[in-house]
Amino acid sequence: MKSFIAERSRVAPMDRANVDTDLIIPKQFLKSIRRSGFGPHLFDDLRYMDEGYPGQDCSRRPQNPDFPLNQARYQGAGILLARENFGCGSSREHAPWALEDHGFRCLIAPSFADIFYNNCFKNGILPIVLDAAIVDTLFEQMYATEGYELTVDLEAQQVTTPTGEVYEFEVDEFRRHCLLKGLDDIGLTLEDGAAIRAYEQAARERSPWLFDVIK
Amino acid sequence: MAGQTLYDKLWRDHVVVQRDDGSAIIYIDRHLIHEVTSPQAFEGLRLAGRSLWRRDANLATPDHNVPTEQVERSGGVAAIADPISRLQVQTLDDNCRDYDIVEFEINDRRQGIVHVVGPEQGATLPGMTVVCGDSHTSTHGALGALAHGIGTSEVEHVLATQCLIQQKMKNMLVRIDGALQTGVTAKDVVLAVIGAIGTAGGSGYAIEFGGEVVRNMSMEGRMTMCNMSIEAGARMGMVAVDDTTLAYVKGRTFAPRGAMWDRAVAAWRDLHSDADAVFDRVVELRGEDIKPQVTWGTSPEMVLPIDGHLPDPASIDSPTRRAAVERALEYMGLQPGTAITAIRPDRVFIGSCTNSRIEDLRAAAAVVRGRRVAASVKQALVVPGSGEVKKQAEAEGLDRVFLDAGMEWREPGCSMCLAMNADKLGAGEHCASTSNRNFEGRQGFGGRTHLVSPAMAAAAAVAGHFVDVRDWQEEQV
Ligand code: SF4
Repeated sequence: MKSFIAERSRVAPMDRANVDTDLIIPKQFLKSIRRSGFGPHLFDDLRYMDEGYPGQDCSRRPQNPDFPLNQARYQGAGILLARENFGCGSSREHAPWALEDHGFRCLIAPSFADIFYNNCFKNGILPIVLDAAIVDTLFEQMYATEGYELTVDLEAQQVTTPTGEVYEFEVDEFRRHCLLKGLDDIGLTLEDGAAIRAYEQAARERSPWLFDVIK
Repeated sequence: MAGQTLYDKLWRDHVVVQRDDGSAIIYIDRHLIHEVTSPQAFEGLRLAGRSLWRRDANLATPDHNVPTEQVERSGGVAAIADPISRLQVQTLDDNCRDYDIVEFEINDRRQGIVHVVGPEQGATLPGMTVVCGDSHTSTHGALGALAHGIGTSEVEHVLATQCLIQQKMKNMLVRIDGALQTGVTAKDVVLAVIGAIGTAGGSGYAIEFGGEVVRNMSMEGRMTMCNMSIEAGARMGMVAVDDTTLAYVKGRTFAPRGAMWDRAVAAWRDLHSDADAVFDRVVELRGEDIKPQVTWGTSPEMVLPIDGHLPDPASIDSPTRRAAVERALEYMGLQPGTAITAIRPDRVFIGSCTNSRIEDLRAAAAVVRGRRVAASVKQALVVPGSGEVKKQAEAEGLDRVFLDAGMEWREPGCSMCLAMNADKLGAGEHCASTSNRNFEGRQGFGGRTHLVSPAMAAAAAVAGHFVDVRDWQEEQV
């Protein structure tokens, strides 16, 4: 996994509440058995005027000019500014894969859906929760300033605006540690292999029916 | 010290390592696998040269991509017309074979939607931790299990370690006391709960459903409720174990038997919240107050009782909320103030992990028996949740009832719930659907979904518009 330490980047908006993972990456793209290549289909239904299908050449499709990601001022953005309950719905990890593939390494919103939030950390994306009022301010500043950028520092747990306001954010310690170091958490869990074996042995004695094999 | 909630007990029983930073390694008893969210996990396992931690904790079945038309279905995997879908189902078969995981393959009678199959086979049991790369894994909480969806990285994590790294959630109790009116079902109750707390209301919580209404509910009904916990923002929903649970589990293929059954039951009897348990949040509803529900917008919280009228954005103060309502009305092609009963579905879908169990099909059949689908309805699909449900329904003659009414009777799978196969809505079409999500494009590009109970979907199919199924029940007597 790619690590995330600090980043200064352009900000793009996704200005609606309850953005669901179906909207982030529609189901027809979930048929892929690969992990990459989802970027061109990020927000597919909103981004293009036609219905997308897997494996097509997106450069030839009619774009929706009203959709921010299609506008020149938001090109190259690495930070997505969003509204409450971002990433609700399905557990599909294709949603963070698509965001990451498109170039987003950081998301800022007043709240995220639980499973999506967790999936982001597994893919080198930092989801930041800030107060709704602060998010409102950031939206205003971003709309008012062409080429608006924010600096996000995971080490210091701070978001800094171009005019120097600093907003602190919370992130739980384990996730922060893994993201800073780009750690593979399967490897970390396997270091506790002996504890897992011991747990299994005790559980097997206590509740043997849980270990009845599926066959 | 205060007593423990059901969630506290399930969590406590599965902690392998509690870390100082607040995270914990949690043991997973059952891992369910389907074709969409697992290929990249198996690939990751292979790339890292890791092996499976515990083969026999896994159970797989294809459901999302499988065709539901008998002609296409009868040829098995090789006959799936869409080559990308075929490859995905084939990949699941290949991975299960390589790793020696039990799979109910496409035409196995036990195949079906993974959340219907797990409880039906006794593969998911009370007291278990159950995960699957699918957000509706919350369904299994109905058995008194700690069950939730995970992403593909976590699927890989479970395959490799039989564990997950988790942070403990807060506790929420949703208590529904009183009694339901005739014609009002678990689906209406859970939609009413989502309407009350919103789609983010349960975020950060594990929800326990309780109260008289839930105690008197069948297991099918409890599964419908827990299934949609995720639409209320909670990863997991659960119901305490009682006699209804035990009667449901007993005798199922993978359930314990004989002396082991008695031992298990003794342990399961403790799977309820203690009388003095403290919840971080309690939400209370009265059963009598709940009417049949219909969603009108593009989020499950945009829901109204059958006698309701669509909201007018002009009367909404919050700008974000007003914009959301405006956008939803526009997407749905509906005007403010429209009566719910004036909405006319073009298609009807009865199925999905929310409402495709035998009791759901019986409820729908009871409504359409001796009636015909309205001429204005282009298609009414009935898709059983599993091969076992299909067989049972056919033994009861329900397939005939549906066919005689002009509905289609299909092979089991997710079908039009998310339209990954050929079953989908056309742009602009309205659908009365028993599934769980009414997001934009969910059932097909430009499709417009209205979530309802099976009885309400069946009644809408016959009437050609949404109707109050409570009136119909009275007509029948
Ligand atoms: S029926 Fe629908 S919600 Fe349930 S698992 Fe299938 S696609 Fe997901």
